[in-house]
Amino acid sequence: METYSFLRHMADSWFLLAMTLGFLGLCLWAFRPGSRAAHQEVATSIFRNDDRPASSDPAKKEG
Amino acid sequence: MWDYLKLIGLGLMAILAAIAANYAHDLAYQVNAVTVMLAAGISFLFVLRTAGDPRPNLQHEYFDGVVRAGAIATAFWGVVGFLVGVVIATQLAFPQLNFEWAQGYLNFGRLRPLHTSAVIFAFGGNALIMSSFYIVQRTSAARLFGGSLGWFVFWGWQLVIVLAATGYVLGATQGKEYAEPVWYVDILITVVWVAFLVAFMGTLFKRKEPHIYVANWFLLAMILTVAMLHLVNNAAIPVSIFGSAQVQLYAGVQDAMVQWWYGHNAVGFFLTAGFLGMMYYFVPKQAERPVYSYKLSIIHFWALIFLYIWAGPHHLHYTALPDWASTLGMVFSVILWMPSWGGMINGLMTLSGAWDKLRTDPIIRMMVVSIGFYGMSTFEGPMMSIKAVNSLSHYTDWTIGHVHSGALGWNGMITFGVLYYLVPRLWNRERLYSLKLVSWHFWLATIGIVLYASSMWVTGIMEGLMWREVDANGFLVNAFADTVAAKFPMYVVRALGGGLFLTGALIMCYNLWMTVRAQPQRVTQHAAVPAE
Repeated sequence: METYSFLRHMADSWFLLAMTLGFLGLCLWAFRPGSRAAHQEVATSIFRNDDRPASSDPAKKEG
Repeated sequence: MWDYLKLIGLGLMAILAAIAANYAHDLAYQVNAVTVMLAAGISFLFVLRTAGDPRPNLQHEYFDGVVRAGAIATAFWGVVGFLVGVVIATQLAFPQLNFEWAQGYLNFGRLRPLHTSAVIFAFGGNALIMSSFYIVQRTSAARLFGGSLGWFVFWGWQLVIVLAATGYVLGATQGKEYAEPVWYVDILITVVWVAFLVAFMGTLFKRKEPHIYVANWFLLAMILTVAMLHLVNNAAIPVSIFGSAQVQLYAGVQDAMVQWWYGHNAVGFFLTAGFLGMMYYFVPKQAERPVYSYKLSIIHFWALIFLYIWAGPHHLHYTALPDWASTLGMVFSVILWMPSWGGMINGLMTLSGAWDKLRTDPIIRMMVVSIGFYGMSTFEGPMMSIKAVNSLSHYTDWTIGHVHSGALGWNGMITFGVLYYLVPRLWNRERLYSLKLVSWHFWLATIGIVLYASSMWVTGIMEGLMWREVDANGFLVNAFADTVAAKFPMYVVRALGGGLFLTGALIMCYNLWMTVRAQPQRVTQHAAVPAE
């Protein structure tokens, strides 16, 4: 029972707080300055490499 | 060397399965052991015949063979699952179809888990594996990790399906909804699922794109969470190593809570997160424009992950579950409405500026309707999780109607859309055999779902009201059998709706078959060009 009470207490206090802050942090991170370009880039990334993998040389960008 | 190890492993497995079949305590176990023996034997012969063959370096090509097999399996198991669904819907309307000669094998109780597992894990599971392998390769610009690991995942999953399905009919079940497979099938599921995770993660690790596209986040969340749910909910001790019976590790209300934590998150992560991954890739591809808001997709993802896992207790309102737990489940279910609709808006608005495609492209129409059903059922679900509503809706057919508007509408329609998108590309065909048949499929399926859902609303609310009706002295007015009798017309309508949906799926199979059979091959120039 001790373990139960301890975990129960943790769950609805500190852990709840940590998860809420973690969630809000992740949301805010999406709005960081400069994210617009990165998001634009990744959102359009699905329109390339349709037929075969990218070649293995490190110069990645091919538009 | 590796081939020798494989041969030794497969040979041992076949022998052990033969021994297990000999000592089997029950028929289901025996049939399953023989199935494993045959599967191991066939794999042994296959490995033997291809041992030592040169393995060309295929890193400049995508691994699409397994995706093609996945498309066939998805269509096949879809039809099987829908057919069993129509059969049991008809059995409910006309109980004499539980034939005397088939008692204990083909009656409703045996066929019902066969239907649910066939549509969720065989149809849905193959759709998810197929889409994951397709999406992760394209968005990573890399071949699937692990050589032929993808084939192991595919064939392993088919073996799981066959073992589970034959087991159910012969009476092997652990009696947990959506987790019926018995202990040794659970072990096989674990092995296959870990291989799935390795193939998926490995491809992400060797990706050539700098970012991981959001569809992969949803798919990865699906794989990881399903692994966790599966391990916790299936904790059991087998009665004998030669039998299919087992004893659950948890008991009483703890067992119920674990079961519905699993059950609801199987819906949340298998049927929602995984299929959202499909939506976030295939809808933008078919609409030929990027997702409406990438930021919204990130928030959608994290909100779904943080909220869904707490919603399970709403399946246990007014039971022995502590009040706080069921209130928690209700609150989180209601909050969950927001990210769900955020995702729906994101999917629908991807079409902004291209709404005219709805008129010309029946595949886009299918995807849009599926997102519409996603929105509808993710509104209905939170509403039904409210305790006051649940006291009316629980244990009635309303729940079944809700599940099917989600499963047929959202999961079914998006999968059909994906199959129509993938098959011409995978088999290198210019276009589908017939867009007209896609339209036929679309309307048959949509009308089928509408008939299904509306008949289940009527019968569900009716039976909920009949169950709680009391006379002036406080006595219940209706016997249970009265509600059963009153439901008959709605049950016939439901079976009809299911029949229409099945007909649509058969038309799809014909259309896809003819696409591969009768359409000319697309001329490509890159077939023999090496990677520069």
